[in-house]
Amino acid sequence: MAITGILSRERAEDRTLGTEHPENAPLSIDDMTVAYHHKPVLWDIEYDAPEKKLIGIIGPNGAGKSTLIKSVLDLVPRASGRVLIYGHPYAQQRHLVGYVPQRESVDWDFPVTALDVVTMGRYAKIGWCRPVTRTHREAARNAMDRVGMADYASRQISQLSGGQQQRIFLARALVQDAQLYFMDEPFSGVDAATEKAIITLLQDLLANGKTVLCVHHDLQTVPEYFDEVVLLNMRIVAAGPTRDVFTPEMLQKTYGGKLTLLDEAGHALARARRR
Amino acid sequence: MNPGHNKHTRRRPAGVRRLYTAALILLGLTLALPGAEAVETRSITDTTVALPTVEKLVRVLSFDDYNLRVVALGSMMLGIAAGIVGSFMLLRRRALMGDAISHATLPGIGVAFLVMTSYGGSGKFLPGLLTGALVFGMIGMGLVLLIRTQTRLKEDAALGIVLSVFFGLGVALLGIIQQLNVGHAAGLESFIYGKTASMLASDAWLIGAAALVVIFLATIFFKEFSLVCFDQDYSNAQGRPSVKLDIIMMSLVVVVTVIGLQAVGLILMIALLIIPAAAARFWTYKLGRLILIAALIGEVSCLLGACISALAPRIPAGAVIVVVATGLFIISMIFGSARGVVHGTARHRRVRRTVERQHLLRALFEWNEEHAVPGKPATDAVVRSGMPLGELMQEQSWTHGVLRRAMRRARRDDLIRTGGGGRVQLTIEGLAAAERVVRNHRLWETYLITHADIAPIHVDSNADQIEHVLGHAMVAELERLSASEFPGRVVPPSPHVITRTARPAATGGGT
Repeated sequence: MAITGILSRERAEDRTLGTEHPENAPLSIDDMTVAYHHKPVLWDIEYDAPEKKLIGIIGPNGAGKSTLIKSVLDLVPRASGRVLIYGHPYAQQRHLVGYVPQRESVDWDFPVTALDVVTMGRYAKIGWCRPVTRTHREAARNAMDRVGMADYASRQISQLSGGQQQRIFLARALVQDAQLYFMDEPFSGVDAATEKAIITLLQDLLANGKTVLCVHHDLQTVPEYFDEVVLLNMRIVAAGPTRDVFTPEMLQKTYGGKLTLLDEAGHALARARRR
Repeated sequence: MNPGHNKHTRRRPAGVRRLYTAALILLGLTLALPGAEAVETRSITDTTVALPTVEKLVRVLSFDDYNLRVVALGSMMLGIAAGIVGSFMLLRRRALMGDAISHATLPGIGVAFLVMTSYGGSGKFLPGLLTGALVFGMIGMGLVLLIRTQTRLKEDAALGIVLSVFFGLGVALLGIIQQLNVGHAAGLESFIYGKTASMLASDAWLIGAAALVVIFLATIFFKEFSLVCFDQDYSNAQGRPSVKLDIIMMSLVVVVTVIGLQAVGLILMIALLIIPAAAARFWTYKLGRLILIAALIGEVSCLLGACISALAPRIPAGAVIVVVATGLFIISMIFGSARGVVHGTARHRRVRRTVERQHLLRALFEWNEEHAVPGKPATDAVVRSGMPLGELMQEQSWTHGVLRRAMRRARRDDLIRTGGGGRVQLTIEGLAAAERVVRNHRLWETYLITHADIAPIHVDSNADQIEHVLGHAMVAELERLSASEFPGRVVPPSPHVITRTARPAATGGGT
């Protein structure tokens, strides 16, 4: 008993010494594996997110991009590994983390207004069983203003376009007033106006010292949008500054076996070569 | 933009106040109506006293009107609680959970009866029976959640298993009790179909008090429930675990089901949970109002059910309640102000007519533009000549019927005239209206060309659809946008070449 105790402690020390995670990285993932019903989705993820950067999580379909975010937020159980947000487990750091789920993950026919949805971002701050006050609603209105949705506050959410719904989700994360944001495909299926609004918002967040991790699908726009990328295909293929990591070779490695995505990857490769 | 803001901040408290007022009136009704009902019903009870079955009722109503009043009050509280809890259940997509829970309570009643009689007490002591039901309801709920999370069976399978197994167990247990011939087992079956007539004032107080607790808890957790119903993942990420909230919510369902057993019966309890909430969805898009309306519908259903069942004990109360609720549901479905059939059809027709009118006005305006003397705006002289009907017919992809209908309505509103030789002219008002329509259309086209990366060739068909839903605020913004580009012109020139021949005069009712 004692021996195994010492051994495991030693191993734990070994691990922390060996990987050298920075003290207060916004996100620090250590040896994380995630499985759905015996089928592993993510293997041995080691990652430390740099502070105050826009980080794109890139990879083919089924690479586990959404799962990565969800497991960090304790929405999907981890088979192993440890995740720290600014040096502490997520459960203690919820107030520092904003989350924008995929737009398709909810029923937009739900009987609430746009303002109601944005106000949901304040619920944790308001506390259990306490009523929503005017201050919180004002904060929600301000967040809606920042994404250009101020005029739509009293709209029922089913009457909004896809892009507007996405902006409502962004406003809901904004109103959390977090340090670190996780966004799951915010650019998917949005109109040009929303795309511009999101980019402006991301730059705005960056200027205010926030860190944003963003699952992204469109390879063409990666160098334009993100300072850093994480190339993911069940394992982390590469992670680092876009200039260094978003290279033809790395993309080939990430997308290699996926025939369906070769075309898209090919386009991006061509572009990357041209740069 | 700013005045809009102020208006909103001021309007919201008023809305909240209106909700509170409505809630107060609701409570007032709860207190006032039973009194009126009691006065009214006395004469009717008198006439039915002659029937032998009513003897029991008379004995039950030993407190005379007071009893009926309390029973009605208790039933109404039950209806309100069921409406509120049912709304959340429906939005959480757990509607059938209530059915499994209500069926799971039956063995609890049997077990409670056996336990109480074996200890020498009265087997029909209601709080005891309901405690048994509560325990088994919770066990049923727990089993459904357990089967769903621990096995790979889906929720519907879990519900089916729990519902049938527990109900079967309950029926068997009641059969055994009848055979044993202990205590006064007769009347236990009334929990299956519901029988308000057998309710005592003390029972009603118990039911009302439990309902009040449920209403209180549902109000307290309003924020958390609505969050988990809308977005489970986000709720979890925010430290509002969906499992915990589900257990609280479903516990409230269990309590409502248990206190509804006597009035509604376990088979039809699910109707009282689902129908008021489903009906309320036809009236509103707002969650707070949805819950209030569901509570009102539940209340009215239970009130009428309780009264009718008290007068005619042979009619199962549950059936009456469900029939009333269904009636209210059908009315809501047809006349509901948010999603009702009538409202929807009317709105659809209004939109179609607007689209048709705008097409007509635009066609006439553009014809005028084309045939105007170069350098001069479309003056009255040009307007007077009018567009030949044949050309108008080819203009859009509309059928004869659609065009004739649009023209008849435009004529009625003095927007167009039909002159000699089958020519259609815009009136002065018509010209003003057409100007507005065309301007909006072209502003939007300009916007799409300059701001969205859409090839100009696709713009026309897109704008056709979108201009009809364009808000005033947006139009104002676009006007400002193009004012710099085309100073002094009410209607900016079309940003693309207007093609006439390209449009097929084909089938279909426009865009």
